[in-house]
Amino acid sequence: MFTQQLINGLTLGGVYALIALGYTMVYGVLELINFAHGEIYMLGAYLGIIFLAFFTALGLTSYSLPLALLLTFILSVVFCSSYGFTIEKIAYKPLRNAPRLSPLISAIGVSIFLQNYVMLTQGATDKIFPHLFEKTGLELMGTSVTFTQIFIIAVSAVLMFFLNLFITKTKMGKAMRAVAQDKVMSSLVGINIDTVISVTFIIGSGLAAVAGLMVAVYYGLVNYSIGYIAGIKAFTAAVLGGIGSIPGAMFGGILLGLVESLSAGYISSEYKDAYAFVILIIILLIKPSGLFGKTQEEKV
Amino acid sequence: MSNLPIRPPEQTWRTSPFTHSLIIALWFSLLFFPFKGLEAAGILFIVLFAALFLLSILKKRGVVVKETITNFKKYFPALKFPESKTRSITLILIMSAVVLALPLYGRDYLIDIAVLSGIYIILSQGLNIVVGFTGLLNLGFVAFYAIGAYSYALLNTKLGIGFWASMPLALALVTLSGFILAIPALRLRGDYLAIVTLGFGEIVRLVLNNWDSLTKGPNGISGIEPPLLFGIHIGKLSHFYYFILIFVLLAVFIIRRVADSRIGRAWIAIREDEIASSSIGINTTAYKLYSFAFGAFWAGVAGILFAAKMQFVSPESFTFMESVLILCMVILGGLGSIPGVLLGAIILVMLPEMLREVQLYRMLALGSGLVLLMIFRPQGLLGGKGVSFRS
Repeated sequence: MFTQQLINGLTLGGVYALIALGYTMVYGVLELINFAHGEIYMLGAYLGIIFLAFFTALGLTSYSLPLALLLTFILSVVFCSSYGFTIEKIAYKPLRNAPRLSPLISAIGVSIFLQNYVMLTQGATDKIFPHLFEKTGLELMGTSVTFTQIFIIAVSAVLMFFLNLFITKTKMGKAMRAVAQDKVMSSLVGINIDTVISVTFIIGSGLAAVAGLMVAVYYGLVNYSIGYIAGIKAFTAAVLGGIGSIPGAMFGGILLGLVESLSAGYISSEYKDAYAFVILIIILLIKPSGLFGKTQEEKV
Repeated sequence: MSNLPIRPPEQTWRTSPFTHSLIIALWFSLLFFPFKGLEAAGILFIVLFAALFLLSILKKRGVVVKETITNFKKYFPALKFPESKTRSITLILIMSAVVLALPLYGRDYLIDIAVLSGIYIILSQGLNIVVGFTGLLNLGFVAFYAIGAYSYALLNTKLGIGFWASMPLALALVTLSGFILAIPALRLRGDYLAIVTLGFGEIVRLVLNNWDSLTKGPNGISGIEPPLLFGIHIGKLSHFYYFILIFVLLAVFIIRRVADSRIGRAWIAIREDEIASSSIGINTTAYKLYSFAFGAFWAGVAGILFAAKMQFVSPESFTFMESVLILCMVILGGLGSIPGVLLGAIILVMLPEMLREVQLYRMLALGSGLVLLMIFRPQGLLGGKGVSFRS
């Protein structure tokens, strides 16, 4: 039971961590809670289903399943990144110097728009992700681990590894960290802030797309409303780790996944969605800067 | 530091308007394509391209777009009420006649919507206290509305307590919950606060949804008594209309008075600059608490009225979307403006009813409307220029 919940929690945590990274990166550079980020994740899941159906219709899936899946993956990520890029240009960029509340409300607007956009174009009923893999897996100490779960955990780990490399080793990553520290100063030393922000949105949305796709494979069902609750949970994860901190988001995501699946297993699964909120409120009360965050002095 | 204007490098976009609109239209239809197929994307492309191209030509021909915007601003500077006193008195008289006589000429459907507007007016006025006056973003306001409605529903159906006797009990409970939520609020800055209030709203809804033995879960509570006034049950719609009207007037009057008082001025001071207001001796903690509790109080009133009107409550009426809707009313009307928020509530209740045929696109319009409002008119219809959010 315990190890089973542990594996489930790790799987869930990997997904949360991927979404949380998008939140934390955007918050880092813009100090904006990107409410629409959960919807990008939902778009990713839908795009996965749409492209896979398209490739099945073309006959590619029966010809070579891995190739079809790979193409689906790439296309979904590209499309979601484009959506993220476009959303930033339309809804956030004009508000960059506006009062802090304005972009947040704009983000809520985008979130409502995207939910209804998908509902209207794809229907309000659940969409089924085609059953591709047999529910086989490994038996480890009396716990069954499906290949999908291993896949999710592995993909999350690899992506997080490369993201960390990108942030710490590349020039763009350095620019991103600089913008997160001080926008004005980094623009003075010749960093193009618009480009950095766009790249942030592109990467964050791509990661959310991967998360959405993997969840679609894992649960086999998606709905236009999944983005909201997943977004809130991922945001909780980001805050848990200390918003703005990339290792924090990874750690927070995994921790939240574990807590959620363990408490659902041992306490009550009815309140599954409430645990995230309770954790969030407790953290914000005790340590608002999160586990990895730095406390910021308020400047007058 | 971050308030310094950051000027992006001048756009070196040297394409013609034709290619420019072509690229943008192509981009959006490409994004749209997987969701609805080639045909719909094609239509979108043609429409978008035509619109953009037309707009760019107009723009080249003497900056017409800018002119329309300034014209728009000229004609609707803040939709101010008439300046002269006699004119404003006539206007008020006409409006009150229209409102008072509504049950005489309106059909039941119209009265029903008017009653609903009344409930939303009270709700949005309550939220306006927290968001508009004090500048604290509350995304879980619907929780207080739910607590008010459920308190009356439970007191009435479980214990058989009447409307007037349950009202003080329910309101005390709601105000108390406002205080409880305010405790984290005192420690948090703008957007963190928004998330905590959102979490509070969701927790309340989840509890109502899952506590089957008390709230009957998703099935809701039915058979709630309508209020008893002078020995008669106010069940008839037109009676209920006047009943709500009294509460709306009461709410607007009291909130107006409080907003003009020392407390109200302290709230506005906190909104404008928290540190400065604490340095001139305003107890910001206490006033934030009052703001939350006072806002929650009115949400509770609206909740009780809602339960009495519907005679049925279920968690479905208290979702996050409802919180957003109330927030939209406040923002549309103008943060901190009492007549504005009143107008915002009426518009957002009436508009979807008038647009029944395009019901499906209602939320789509609401979402894009929020974005456009933030970009083009962040102060709302009647809001002053002074409102700003800094914390």
